[in-house]
Amino acid sequence: MAAGLDAAQGLSPARRARRRVGGALFRRPWLKGLALLAPPVGAFGFFYIAALVVLFVSAFWTVDAFTGELVHRWTFDNFRTLWQESAYRTVALRTVWVAAAVTVTDAVIAFPFAYYMARVAKPRVRAALFVLVLLPLWASYLARIYSWRLILDHDGLLNWSAQKLGLPAPGIEYTNTAMWVVFSYIWLPFMILPVYASLERIPQSYLEASRDLGARGFRTLRRVVLPLALPGVVAGSIFTFSLTLGDYITPTLIGGTSSQFIGNVVYDAVNQSSNLPFGAAFAVVPVVVMGAYLLVARRLGAFEAL
Amino acid sequence: MNRRVMLVAVAAAVGLSFPAAGVTRANGGTLNMIAWEGYTQPQWVNPFEKQTGCKVVPKYAGSSDEMVTLMRSGGGSQYDMVSASGDASLRLIYGHDVQPVDPSKIPDFKNFNKAFQSPPNNTVGGKHYGISLQWGPNTLLYNTQKVTPAPTSWSAIYSSKYAGKITVPDNPIQIADAALYLMKTQPSLGIKDPYELNQSQFDATISLLKKQKSLIKKYWALASDEIDLFKNGDAVIGASWPYQTNTLIADKAPVKDLIPKEGATGWLDTWMVSAHTKNLDCAYKWLAWISTPKVQAEQAIYFGETPVNSKACAWMDKLSKGSCEQYHANAPLAYFKQIYFWKTPIADCGNGQKNCMDYTKWQQAWTQLKG
Repeated sequence: MAAGLDAAQGLSPARRARRRVGGALFRRPWLKGLALLAPPVGAFGFFYIAALVVLFVSAFWTVDAFTGELVHRWTFDNFRTLWQESAYRTVALRTVWVAAAVTVTDAVIAFPFAYYMARVAKPRVRAALFVLVLLPLWASYLARIYSWRLILDHDGLLNWSAQKLGLPAPGIEYTNTAMWVVFSYIWLPFMILPVYASLERIPQSYLEASRDLGARGFRTLRRVVLPLALPGVVAGSIFTFSLTLGDYITPTLIGGTSSQFIGNVVYDAVNQSSNLPFGAAFAVVPVVVMGAYLLVARRLGAFEAL
Repeated sequence: MNRRVMLVAVAAAVGLSFPAAGVTRANGGTLNMIAWEGYTQPQWVNPFEKQTGCKVVPKYAGSSDEMVTLMRSGGGSQYDMVSASGDASLRLIYGHDVQPVDPSKIPDFKNFNKAFQSPPNNTVGGKHYGISLQWGPNTLLYNTQKVTPAPTSWSAIYSSKYAGKITVPDNPIQIADAALYLMKTQPSLGIKDPYELNQSQFDATISLLKKQKSLIKKYWALASDEIDLFKNGDAVIGASWPYQTNTLIADKAPVKDLIPKEGATGWLDTWMVSAHTKNLDCAYKWLAWISTPKVQAEQAIYFGETPVNSKACAWMDKLSKGSCEQYHANAPLAYFKQIYFWKTPIADCGNGQKNCMDYTKWQQAWTQLKG
């Protein structure tokens, strides 16, 4: 009947076809949704999920030691080596431990800073602080790491200043402590921004109500502000934790003799030994750790704060 | 030279090498080369292209392992040549990725220092799998103000005197340095070659390296890292290449390097020809060209390494006064006898035994050492 109507209106065949498609889509809204979503979801699935699947599958292969060719035979050898060799456990634990330390440090630094930005500072000061927080992100990551090396070096700014003040030189150059400091610096903006967003969202009336009910400043902070800001802190921790977990450049440039991260071992496996399967097997570890972390983060409501 | 002459030259080169094969002409006289960055500089590639009509298309690789991987990519027919270091060359030879070459076709081969005509990292069973190119020693570098008296032995980087001020390369092949030291100081271990270690020799070496680890400030990954360490006073002694020494001295840093009394390890690069090349004629022309004294001298000075052609010395001094002496290009044969050139550790110990630790074991041990 619709076709008859089109014909009666004297429409060209091409326009009639378009109308028919439009009509079909109108009657079935889910079809429209599917057509709209298919390209981005397909691209996401192909470029993102596919890479992860290949990573996971190749973790079960091995490499012929001499010719360096892939052996496509299913085996748990890579995971067994990872489990049995204490060095790899040490590396995995160090990576997770430093990532956790960096996350806690950033949260402790970011919270008062974000609170000041969101609730105390005047608009102009707030804008200036925003610029200051974001400014380091405009400079190259490598340039920032190398400038930290200048600060931490034996004859660097830190030791020099300590000496001038008559203090003992900290001498933390090329240690895991140095790594912790640099990581905390580099990922700090990624913590400040989500915490700021969650603090800004707290209605002023809540704080006033808390005061009316007789709560002092600290109690309001502990019972009202902190619980409401927690999703933001957890959201920020996803960034700081995962970014530290996957890094391998800072350990190379800032770390000392016992500073290997999972990323360094993966890099060496691929670049030195051409042993892609072993690298893939070790790379599964941070994926699993992050998966568990995200599950916990979701329960704490972090995804609503992003 | 104008374009037409060039085309004629290319056609002639192709015609000479493959008189009957029409199919290969599509590839022309192009040499696809895997090289270290700096090994195919216009300074000596342009005259080569003009003279021979063979076109050079370089692909720079970042590590020996990348070179091996690239040579094997695409069934091994993608690249014609590779400038392989000693820790890659045996893998390419035993993997049948490269083919033997005839040194009699290289006019300058007879001028090569005897130590580099048939070194074990590119000559197997009397067959030459490539032509030696340039080399350099892994030296002991020290700060002349902080390290007194001047060291004469590698023991300086294994003793606690300079604890926390020592740096060594972050590379599994560094195990050979420790093995060399043990070979000279603990003869009871019976180490004959620092690249051929059986289990007990290997264990002794690793345990020495574990002890050394507590003395080390940093395992350097990039040459610039070591330069920084010495400049900033974080390290006063360490294992190095001549490149770092030259850079530091140019920056007026108080450093010196030496080959200690135990000898040293060293690297030797070789131009090798792919087993599947379709441009053998051009490859031979390149081997001949890169071996000539002037080109050898140019590359040596550009890169800071030592030519294998003993005739290059005069050219080096002409290009940069005193550089021949500085890079030991005129050193006597005895000098090379104390240098143990990098070669890929393989299970075959070279004495009939097959129980030596191969490179995979070296890499695993190195990763575990760093922990």
